[in-house]
Amino acid sequence: MAEYPSYDELTRDFNWSIAEKELEYNHGDVINIGWYCSDRICMKGNAGKTAMYYEGFGGIEKKYTFNDIRLAGNTIGTFLRTLGIRDGDRVCLFMDRIPELYLSFLGILKIGAIVQPLFSAFGEESLFVRLENAQTRVVITQKKHLSKVRKIRSKLPNLELVIIVDAVKPGELEKGEILFSLDRAEPVEHLEIFPTTAESPSVLHYTSGTTGQPKGVKHVHYSIISQYLTTKWILDLRDNDIYWCTADPGWVTGTSYGIIGPWSLGATQCILDTGFSAQAWYGFIEKYRVTVWYSAPTAIRSLMKAGEEVVKNYDLSSLRHLASVGEPLNSEAVIWSQRVFGKPFLDTFWQTETGSIMITNFPGMKIKPGSMGKPFPGITSTVLDPVTFVPLTEPGKAGLIAFRPGWPAMMRTYWKNEEKYREKFVNGWYLSGDRSTIDNEGYYWFIGRDDDVINTGGHLVSPFEVESALLEHPAVGESAVTSKPDEINMEVVKAFITLKPGFTPSPDLELDIMNFIRKKLSPLAMPQAVEFMDKLPKTRSGKIMRRVLHAKEWGEEIGDISTLEND
Amino acid sequence: MEENTLNEMKEMVLNYVVKEYIDDEDVKITYETPLISSGYVDSFSMVSLLVFLENKFKIKIPPSKATPEAFDNVNSIVALVNQYLNK
Repeated sequence: MAEYPSYDELTRDFNWSIAEKELEYNHGDVINIGWYCSDRICMKGNAGKTAMYYEGFGGIEKKYTFNDIRLAGNTIGTFLRTLGIRDGDRVCLFMDRIPELYLSFLGILKIGAIVQPLFSAFGEESLFVRLENAQTRVVITQKKHLSKVRKIRSKLPNLELVIIVDAVKPGELEKGEILFSLDRAEPVEHLEIFPTTAESPSVLHYTSGTTGQPKGVKHVHYSIISQYLTTKWILDLRDNDIYWCTADPGWVTGTSYGIIGPWSLGATQCILDTGFSAQAWYGFIEKYRVTVWYSAPTAIRSLMKAGEEVVKNYDLSSLRHLASVGEPLNSEAVIWSQRVFGKPFLDTFWQTETGSIMITNFPGMKIKPGSMGKPFPGITSTVLDPVTFVPLTEPGKAGLIAFRPGWPAMMRTYWKNEEKYREKFVNGWYLSGDRSTIDNEGYYWFIGRDDDVINTGGHLVSPFEVESALLEHPAVGESAVTSKPDEINMEVVKAFITLKPGFTPSPDLELDIMNFIRKKLSPLAMPQAVEFMDKLPKTRSGKIMRRVLHAKEWGEEIGDISTLEND
Repeated sequence: MEENTLNEMKEMVLNYVVKEYIDDEDVKITYETPLISSGYVDSFSMVSLLVFLENKFKIKIPPSKATPEAFDNVNSIVALVNQYLNK
């Protein structure tokens, strides 16, 4: 008998009620992700099971059972309640991957507030626009990131409190800042869970588009239905697994599959909060006997670059199942992992907006290296003609990846931006913004973005955001931002710049501009190359022709330049 | 290379790292402090550190040599730079 059901068996008569039944959820019931991920697991008799192994830099190790994370969530939730935080309030998590990040996530949800996780490497401008848009009431952070919050605090009237979870001396605190040490707080045995229902907001992740400011993607507590079942079926988590999701919860993978999915299943996961090195990663897998590993193509390519010799120094025999997300997984990486680890990384495709895996390779399914796989059961997907928005029926024809709305984890709106949300739908299809083909066996093959958004190392960067920030540099007259190919990150940011009078191009100015963006936005948004130009290519109406620069970087046909401004 | 020059180079790199990448004033960085594996400098930011070294010391470091291991502390960075000085 086959270990896994076939794709046809999985899709036949599929209904999301499969997950609802397993989670004992009935329509209209209270559904609270914080409770499902901790209290319910304890009620099922797994209070003593390890929920999280944590390892930080310098050999710091911590271990939490499901009862520990239940109590920690209660304690943080109670603390927030005493500060007046209520259901619907936005509470930002601006931390490295420390235990408080994961535990606060549960506590915030338990009291019905909305979690706003933000990547801790964000610079002050990136932080500001997201906090301003969400009208965030509280930021929970670490001392090391406090200076960035302080720099923008005066411009954020809705930000009432900044909670610092580690060692700041009381005398160093400024007005509106509070210390909270989970280690010293009295554990709270009982917390009245806020009665969130299916459509109650849960998580607000920010994502970048081609134009405009980043958009807050609103998810709801019902998303757990998709996240639970996709984790079970695609990541194949079982009772005795040790799971490692390498994503940071500042991004959606780190919450959907780094918190909600595994913990709703009662799975043990481990967290590594150090910088990347092949030795550190392999050593971590060996030490914790990781069985299921969910990572990203950029990381896999970095491991490939480190070579196969280093793998031989570690016992990685515990690995049972590997999956990948964030950007297209090239066929070389799939073949390499099969050779080196004895099993392939299975590519999965989804987005911040979809909240859960949409197109994927299934355990047991025939793998076509380089393909994204097939739609998850219950997901109606297609590729649309980019002009007529009608589904393409001919295999191999390139179109826009689109989904029929209705799966549980689908975003409910963009925060305070209903207009942009509506623009994502045409003829009843949700437009993903990505392009692919579908072959004659129903496998999807990724082609690229349908817009100018840059996917670097699995993270989306808005060229508009970088261009705007560049204009604030004193030397920059005009700017255009596009991507350039990169062996590890698939693509990285490149800036084209004209200088203001009085400034001349130099390597030092290039570095100054790079660092300016790194600190203002984030290391991801930092141009990895700056090209100084006398003038930027523009249309006769004065619009910068970004695609001309993009084509030059990628060695592509420039296309129609009849509207290009003449000298 | 004379020891004085070597120490000056290390001090120059150390000061730059502290100024550009370390937000927390309480963090003390030495020549041996891991920078990449500790997470103080991420892989994207490493590119700006590379550009700094190439500008400052008028050298060109091949991408294949600019590895997280080679950039992991001030001592290893200066050792790498030395390989390309006078080339």
